Amino acid sequence: MARYIIKRVLMLIPMLLVIIFIVSFIMNLTPSDPGTLLLGERATPEAVAEMNARLGYSDPFFVRYVKYVIGAFQGNLGNSWKSGDPVIREILRRFPATLTLAVGAIVIGLTVGMTLGILSAVKQYSALDIAGTAFSMTLASFPGFWIGMMLIILFALKLGWLPSFGVGTLRHYILPWLTTSCAFGASMLRMTRTSMLESIRMDYIRTARAKGQTERIVILRHALRNALLPVVTILGMSFGGLLGGTVTIETVFSIPGVGSLIIEAIRMKDIPVVVGATVTLATCFTLLMLLVDILYAFIDPRIKARYLRY
Amino acid sequence: MDKITIADVDLKKKLRKKGRGGEIWRRFKKNKTAIVGMFIFIFIVLVMIMADFIVSYNVAVTQKISNRFIQPGSAGHIFGTDNFGRDIMARIVHGSRNSLLVGIGAVTIGIILGGILGSISGFYGGGIDSLIVRTTDTVMCIPLMLLVLSIVAALGTSLVNVLIAMMIANVPHYIRIVRAAVLSVVGQDYIEAARACGTPSFWIILKHVIPNAIGPIIVQATMAVGTMIIHAAGISFLGMGIQPPTPEWGAMLNEAKNYMIDYPYTVIFPGLSIGLTALSLNLMGDGLRDALDPKLKD
Repeated sequence: MARYIIKRVLMLIPMLLVIIFIVSFIMNLTPSDPGTLLLGERATPEAVAEMNARLGYSDPFFVRYVKYVIGAFQGNLGNSWKSGDPVIREILRRFPATLTLAVGAIVIGLTVGMTLGILSAVKQYSALDIAGTAFSMTLASFPGFWIGMMLIILFALKLGWLPSFGVGTLRHYILPWLTTSCAFGASMLRMTRTSMLESIRMDYIRTARAKGQTERIVILRHALRNALLPVVTILGMSFGGLLGGTVTIETVFSIPGVGSLIIEAIRMKDIPVVVGATVTLATCFTLLMLLVDILYAFIDPRIKARYLRY
Repeated sequence: MDKITIADVDLKKKLRKKGRGGEIWRRFKKNKTAIVGMFIFIFIVLVMIMADFIVSYNVAVTQKISNRFIQPGSAGHIFGTDNFGRDIMARIVHGSRNSLLVGIGAVTIGIILGGILGSISGFYGGGIDSLIVRTTDTVMCIPLMLLVLSIVAALGTSLVNVLIAMMIANVPHYIRIVRAAVLSVVGQDYIEAARACGTPSFWIILKHVIPNAIGPIIVQATMAVGTMIIHAAGISFLGMGIQPPTPEWGAMLNEAKNYMIDYPYTVIFPGLSIGLTALSLNLMGDGLRDALDPKLKD
């Protein structure tokens, strides 16, 4: 098992190298350079060129990439062209808001989605099941940021119950949490339902029932545990996705998270910030996926047994 | 072995006459929600095609300050007017072209590219397969929205560039879908038989693999169009996509967001259009999945 984990961690390194390469390559195509950005459009080409040379920007792309990678593995993601501050500091300043948003949305989506999913599967074709399916499909079809706008209109403007934007208190997070959890909760519901329906039909469920086990234990201990595997995958992927995918929702609620940092940086063509923040979020995603893979082994002894043979 | 009755033979004949498509259609028809989705989608496509007959493009872009914020339901402005006095319904009708074009275009081209790479990966296996799989896995670690945004930032903001960005960012997903579908077919006996007959690989892929693997791909593609429309709207909403005054649903939301406090209807209608389109596609996709493979139906 330890060997498997070490192997997976080592595999992260080439993946990160490729991710950094892709992101910096795309951003390298952006028509922008630090000299023009700092000195303004009216600066002389000589001054711009000198500034670029001083910042190491006039090196060929590949040289800059290698330097960047060496820095990145030491925790240095370069400096912002605009402010000159280290990119990593800016990301760390913004990360708590994004994390709060993602974690809260995951908790809400997981609780509501899984509960409804289990109930829908246990009482298949009941009114609850049909309503749940219809509800989840509708939620998944509307853009999250639009649902957020509707919630603002309803709860902040018409009813006046909750603040509509900003991040002063946890109350400020309620609407963003609800908004973000919509799509995630919907996919959680569908996944749990499908997976539960599959495991409920298995022979071991019939055996458990035949043993005279109470229905509660049959569902929670026998069916749910076996249905968890695909659910955990979706959980890991969604959590990673939420870290980077809430750009629009952060914009709607004016949350100063990493997503809005990236948008601001793209608008200002502050490329080191865009690359640094995108790579950081992608790294979080890969780490989460690694965690999911390791979690598998703990949920499913069959998988663990397979790893032990390595 | 079961006895084959005359009824069975009749049924088989009937099935053969109708073909596979007919059988799928018969099962699809039974699914009421899927049919509802199909009608909504047909309606939206008709609106898109006949946009110029419904209301002229000029109405959608002409700014008239005296007409600002006319409430919905007023004469001549069913959905009201926006901050520039433009008719919201006209903008939604003409915006459907841009929104659907990006969605359908990105998925179609993406599926073709992903299809080629995915079939190669699934059919040949080995080194090329692991190279493609590793690369797609890595690219998929970059959050989709951020990848699209950085590509748009690099290419510049325009309808075509949004389409290209969405296509590139999504190709890995399609590669995965197609590869999985191909893998489920490749082990079958009839592929072995074709190989044994000496059929060239590309012909096996074209003639045997693709037709048998196409079902789940179509289902995923249908639903992906909905997702693409939502993502494209998000990008325009951030101001990085289609630029005003061109009507597009996401861009309309971006323009209207500053006025939603006093004029909520300016954000309600464009959002409903996006949601309804995506919903109709999701309903159809769900129905198609059940129709293509009744075993999957729970």
